[in-house]
Amino acid sequence: MPDYSWPPMDTRKTIGKPISRLDGGMKSSGRAKYASDFNRNDLQHAVIVTCPHAHAKVVKIDTSAAEKMPGVSAVKIISPPGTEIQWAYTEVVGIAASTEQIARDAARKVKIDYEVIPHLVREADLAKAGNRAKAAGEQIKGDPDKAFQEADVTVEGQYGIPVINHTCLEPHGQVVEWKGEQVNVWPSTQNVSGIPGDLAQALKIPASNIRSQMQFIGGGFGSKFAADRWGVEGSHLSKLSGGKPVKLFLDRAQDQAIAGNRPSAYGKIKIAAKKDGTITAWQSESWASGGIGGGGAPPIPYVYEIPNQRKNHIAVATNTGPLRAWRAPNHQQACYLTCTAMEDLAAKLKMDPVEFFSKNADLTTRPEVYRAQLKKGAELIEWSKRWHPRGESGNGPVKRGLGLALHTWGGGGHNSQCRTNIHPDGTVEVELCSQDLGTGTRTIITQVAAETLGLPMGAITLHIGDTQLPPSGPSGGSTTVGGVSSSTRKSTVNALAKLLDAVAPSMGVPVEQLQAVDGRIQVKGNSSKSLTWKAACQKLGVSKISEMGENNQRNPGGLNSSGVGGVQMADVSVDIETGIVKMNRVVAVQDIGLVINPKLAESQIHGACIMGICAALMEERIMDEQTGTVLNPEMEFYKLAGIGDIGEIIAHLDITPEHDKRGVIGLGEPPAISLITAIANAVANAIGVRVPDVPLTPNRVLAALERRNA
Amino acid sequence: MSPKKPKNGVSRRGFIGGVGIGAIGTGILETPALAADSGKSLGPGAVPITLRINGKPYSLTIEPRVTLLDALRNHLEHTGAKRVCDRGTCGACTVIVNSKVVYSCTVLAIDAQDKDIQTIEGLTSGSQLHPVSAAFVNNDGQQCGYCTPGFVMAAKGFLDKHPNPSYEDVEKGLGGNLCRCGTYVGVRKAVLEAAKEMKGGRNA
Repeated sequence: MPDYSWPPMDTRKTIGKPISRLDGGMKSSGRAKYASDFNRNDLQHAVIVTCPHAHAKVVKIDTSAAEKMPGVSAVKIISPPGTEIQWAYTEVVGIAASTEQIARDAARKVKIDYEVIPHLVREADLAKAGNRAKAAGEQIKGDPDKAFQEADVTVEGQYGIPVINHTCLEPHGQVVEWKGEQVNVWPSTQNVSGIPGDLAQALKIPASNIRSQMQFIGGGFGSKFAADRWGVEGSHLSKLSGGKPVKLFLDRAQDQAIAGNRPSAYGKIKIAAKKDGTITAWQSESWASGGIGGGGAPPIPYVYEIPNQRKNHIAVATNTGPLRAWRAPNHQQACYLTCTAMEDLAAKLKMDPVEFFSKNADLTTRPEVYRAQLKKGAELIEWSKRWHPRGESGNGPVKRGLGLALHTWGGGGHNSQCRTNIHPDGTVEVELCSQDLGTGTRTIITQVAAETLGLPMGAITLHIGDTQLPPSGPSGGSTTVGGVSSSTRKSTVNALAKLLDAVAPSMGVPVEQLQAVDGRIQVKGNSSKSLTWKAACQKLGVSKISEMGENNQRNPGGLNSSGVGGVQMADVSVDIETGIVKMNRVVAVQDIGLVINPKLAESQIHGACIMGICAALMEERIMDEQTGTVLNPEMEFYKLAGIGDIGEIIAHLDITPEHDKRGVIGLGEPPAISLITAIANAVANAIGVRVPDVPLTPNRVLAALERRNA
Repeated sequence: MSPKKPKNGVSRRGFIGGVGIGAIGTGILETPALAADSGKSLGPGAVPITLRINGKPYSLTIEPRVTLLDALRNHLEHTGAKRVCDRGTCGACTVIVNSKVVYSCTVLAIDAQDKDIQTIEGLTSGSQLHPVSAAFVNNDGQQCGYCTPGFVMAAKGFLDKHPNPSYEDVEKGLGGNLCRCGTYVGVRKAVLEAAKEMKGGRNA
């Protein structure tokens, strides 16, 4: 078998270099075409009529006035009479027309009668959940009763992290054309390869008749994997419009309400320790919701495997839009419920959290990694200089505080196939049906190919985002970089081996003595005996080389692996008169294996931290108990951080030979996990009191201060 | 250290806590309308208009209710400006009209007649990126890229008026654009680098 292993760190020419993203110029010049930018003369614009009620039965639908409007090309009932609607903004009727304005006018002419049914849309108050609350059954480990009895220090608290919305800037949707037996779809998706199979089931046509293509996507964050109802109904509208392409993108409010959210988690947590800070016991009553199907069950206690535990978790079924995967599913919630309680325990013990989290690191699966990261993080955030015991933040209305939290994730590579073509004229094509979410997938694939073939990156032509190419997995769970880098490595190694076979005879040396370096094929250790890449490729005569490479997620062969730790710390200032929290500095220390492109890796961490700031301070989907609908489905009331809200962000990548030898590990999720909690802990440290629920809005900060002063 | 209750019973703390969200809403209403009322009524059907975009006239027939953003995207194949919030919050649709940075989703196309409309498509000619676009690449001020054209136009408009910005100026000047991937660290660096590159009015 050929040697696919990564070249040694010190010999790499392209891998490991901070190269700017290859499609950066396309994006920053406005030339990148997203699915939502698709235009064609015969394009039909579709809109969806949605249900205003959270829980209702569809009684009657009258679309006759809409159908008669000039310009309307198709009307399709999505939720026929009799359907029980389980959340507001559910799709009821789809309309396609020659312009968006006509489609919207037609939508207003659709008459729908509903029978409204009582709803539950808020889960924060478990007492109101009634029979919507389903207990999962108690889980016991060790002897929690005895452990709590024997503990020196115990704290109890209630903590909450609400539902938030993905708020991808490009809404969910697609352009789709169903003509005869063929469906062409241009979706905004994290899963180009998976769309045909998904659509085929719903449309009852073979997946082989469906082609899915996408070059750019305006954000996904875990919410764009499926063809979705709008994909299926958009296809039907196209067919009903005589096979014309139909553009169906959700409007902003619909997108926020139904196209994805991160489930909530609330918990009453009790945690105990010995005087010396050793954690001994955990008890949790937690509940969560992510819609009518209940919520996620966060893995608590998080990272720290506390020896004695009693856990009860309840899923609450709410009449709200369904949950979707969110950058590190369940981990943000688990981290929040665990590391807030741990910080509160440390405060009661009057222990420095760096010391407390380090001391207990033996309860984790990677104690040395976390201890080293806590030390590094503390150094970068100037912990020893700036930390003070909780609340001892001096006089004056602005209180400064530090907080930390830590996280873990997998990140092994997904299944991926790649094909490399080397043509007799020297051109090289690398082909795989992956997608670049803005993480830099295009760039890192090209770096790997260039490295293997000894070529500049500009000599590689990369094709992605088309189901006519070899399939690659969905981009979720930090699995892409491991998958595509490994399949590309194997495919390019295989293709190069064929090329070397072809040129070895003319160079008069055994093939093992040849290597590709600096745009040449040369004899190892003798650069005078060489051919240019082009001259070497001419030896192929008229036939091109076309070689596959595959990453099998169950057997990555050392090229990629899984399992990382990370620590994040926050330095905040809180004005106790206004309740406003200001970010001073964030430090993110991350263990990430072999780093193909440190510039893009840093961007991933910066972005993840900024999402953490948004979730810690601003974001929350607010449901109205009375009407059952979302109160803030538009972006002026669904708040995100702006450029002036983030402070300084320091990303520290653990790039060392020891980490490097683990191969490539995904980076999307891990840095997106623990900052929310680190910020909440920093605020508690600053103001001397725990604000139980994020986001830490001025309102909540002030309420916590008032409670303490009462 | 309990705060003193003011005489009217509303503490500063309670007041700010209570109005947090409302205050943002009023900001939008204060956005000045771009066009003066000419008194002439148009529509409701489609009307012929001409828009001057990146120095070139474009004639189209459009309903008066169509925004400049939708006219650019759906009728003129200028898809760099993106529709994200569609209500003047996120800045993804930013263009420059008569040297002023505007959200094109808040302007009617009919009101943008007889004005100089600059879009991202006019910024770069050929393969040479405009210094602002180039700085976004160099400093990785973008990920998915959907907010990027709006950010680049906002940065261009900002730098045209503030050629020597400080770090704090950049944070204030670019505060009208939102990014979901979290690219602000790169954007801050990019705008400062572009300012240096553009000194002396080059490529303005």
